[in-house]
Amino acid sequence: MKQYSSFDILGPVMIGPSSSHTAGAARIGNVARKIYGGKITTVRFYLHGSFAETYRGHGTDRALLAGILGMDPSDDRLKNSMDIARDKGIDFEFIPMAIEGAHPNTVLIEMDGENGEMRVMGSSVGGGSIVISRIDDFDLEFTGDYPTLITSYTDRPGVIAGVTDIIRANNVNIAFMKVFRKQRGQQATMIIELDGVLPPEAMGAIKKMEGISRVMMIEPV
Amino acid sequence: MYEFTTGSKLLKLCEAHGKSIGEITMLYEAEISDKSMEDITDRMAASLNVMRDAVKTGLTEDIKSVSGLSGGDAKRLYELLGSVGSLSGANMTKAVASAMAVSEVNASMGRIVAAPTAGSCGIIPGALLTAADTLESSEEQIIEALFTASGVGITIADSATLAGAEGGCQAECGSAAAMAAAAVTELAGGSPEQALNAAAFTLKAVLGLVCDPVAGLVEVPCVKRNAFGASNALVAADMALAGIVSRIPYDEVVTAMYEVGKAIPYELKETAKGGLADTPTGRKLKREIL
Repeated sequence: MKQYSSFDILGPVMIGPSSSHTAGAARIGNVARKIYGGKITTVRFYLHGSFAETYRGHGTDRALLAGILGMDPSDDRLKNSMDIARDKGIDFEFIPMAIEGAHPNTVLIEMDGENGEMRVMGSSVGGGSIVISRIDDFDLEFTGDYPTLITSYTDRPGVIAGVTDIIRANNVNIAFMKVFRKQRGQQATMIIELDGVLPPEAMGAIKKMEGISRVMMIEPV
Repeated sequence: MYEFTTGSKLLKLCEAHGKSIGEITMLYEAEISDKSMEDITDRMAASLNVMRDAVKTGLTEDIKSVSGLSGGDAKRLYELLGSVGSLSGANMTKAVASAMAVSEVNASMGRIVAAPTAGSCGIIPGALLTAADTLESSEEQIIEALFTASGVGITIADSATLAGAEGGCQAECGSAAAMAAAAVTELAGGSPEQALNAAAFTLKAVLGLVCDPVAGLVEVPCVKRNAFGASNALVAADMALAGIVSRIPYDEVVTAMYEVGKAIPYELKETAKGGLADTPTGRKLKREIL
C-alpha cells in the first residue's frame, strides 16, 4: 500500500479546475518540452478520450501549451498561455483524435523546431500523476516524478551494465529501471528513474559508449 | 513510530503521546519525509496562504469560469451578509460563501490547494478559515488544524478512497467535509475522539452522494456541493463538541463509505453520464459548452 504524505492529501498547489485535466496536462507538456530539449516553433496536440471531449472547459489546451512553454502546474500565467505562445511566435493547434487502446486522458504531442520533428505521448492518470508512454515510435513508460535517464542504444550484452556502472560511480541510487526493445539486436530504450540527477560529465561518458545513439536526462516536473 | 492507517490507530497514538491528531500527523510527516518540523510547517503555511488568497479573490472579485457555467455566486452570498444579513447566521454564511469562493476560483483557472481534490477544494478553507476568525486562532493553531485535516484524509485514503471516479462525491466532498470537521473540532479545543466523531457525522450525512458533473466540468453541481460541505463540517463540529457520539464508529463509517462507493454505478462516478449531468438541462448545457 502506498504511504501517503500529508501533502499528497492537502495538495498539490495548482491552477484549477482539474488535477487530471489541468495540472496533469501541464506536467505532460513540461516533460515533452524537456524531452525535445530545444526551441520549439510548432506544436500540435492530438487529444484522445476525455481530453478530446472536455479540453476547453477544463483548460487542458492552455495547460498543455503552458507546459510546452516551461510553466509548472501552479503558474499563474497558465491561463494566458495561448497569448504568451503567440507573442513568442509559437504555432499551436489542438486536434481531437481517437488513439486506439490509449488511457482516456491521453495526448500525442507533435513538436517541430531547432531539433527537427519529435512526438511524445502521455496520459494523465489521476490526481496530477502522469505516465509518458511513447517517444517518437518507441513505446516506453515513466512518470516524470524522478530524475529520469533515457538511453537509446543497439540491443547487445553489456550496454546496461556499462550505463549502471557510470551511475554507480556517481553515487546515485536507482529507484526504478525498465528496458524496452522491438527485437533482439535492434534498437532498444532503457528508462532509469533515479534518486538524484547525473552530472554532465556522466552524461558525456554514457554518450561516448559504443552502441549508444541518444541519451537524455529529464528532471522531475 | 507515528505511522497510522486508521482512525483507531490514530487515536491510540494520540493517547499514548498525549497529543492532538494534528500534532501526531506533523510528527508522522517529519518522520516519513525526513524533514524538520520547521520545513513541514513552512510548507503547510504556504498552502494556507494560497487558501486565503483564493477565498479573498472569490469573495471580492467578479470571476467567471472558462465555460461560463460558474462564478460570482460566492460574492453574491457574501454581499447578502453585508446588506440584509442571513438566516443561518453570519459565521455559517461566511464559511459557505468562502467555500464557494475557492471552488469558483478553481473553475476560473485560479490557484488553489487540492483539499483533498480540486473538485472539493473549497470546503476545508471555507470552514477552517471562518472558524479560525471566530476563535481568533493563532497561525500555528491553524497550521496544526490543517495537519489534523491531512491526518483524517490519510485514514480515508488508506481505508477507502478520495477519488470521485472511484467513490462518487461522498469520497471527494464528503471526505473534505470530514477532514474540515475534524480540523475545526480540534481548533476549537475538542479532543481527538471528538474530532473523529465530527468526521463520522459529515460522512454519514452524505453517504451515497454521487458525482454527476454537468458536461464533465468541475462546476455544476460542485460549487454548491462545496458550500454544503462547509456547512456540514461546522454543524458536525458543534455536535461533536457538545459531546454527541457517532453510534457507528468512525472507521466503520469510512469502510461503509467505500462499500457504498463501489456500489454506485459507473454512470454516477465522474463520467457525466447520469444524475444532474443527464437531465434535459444538463445535456443542453453540455451541447452549448462543448
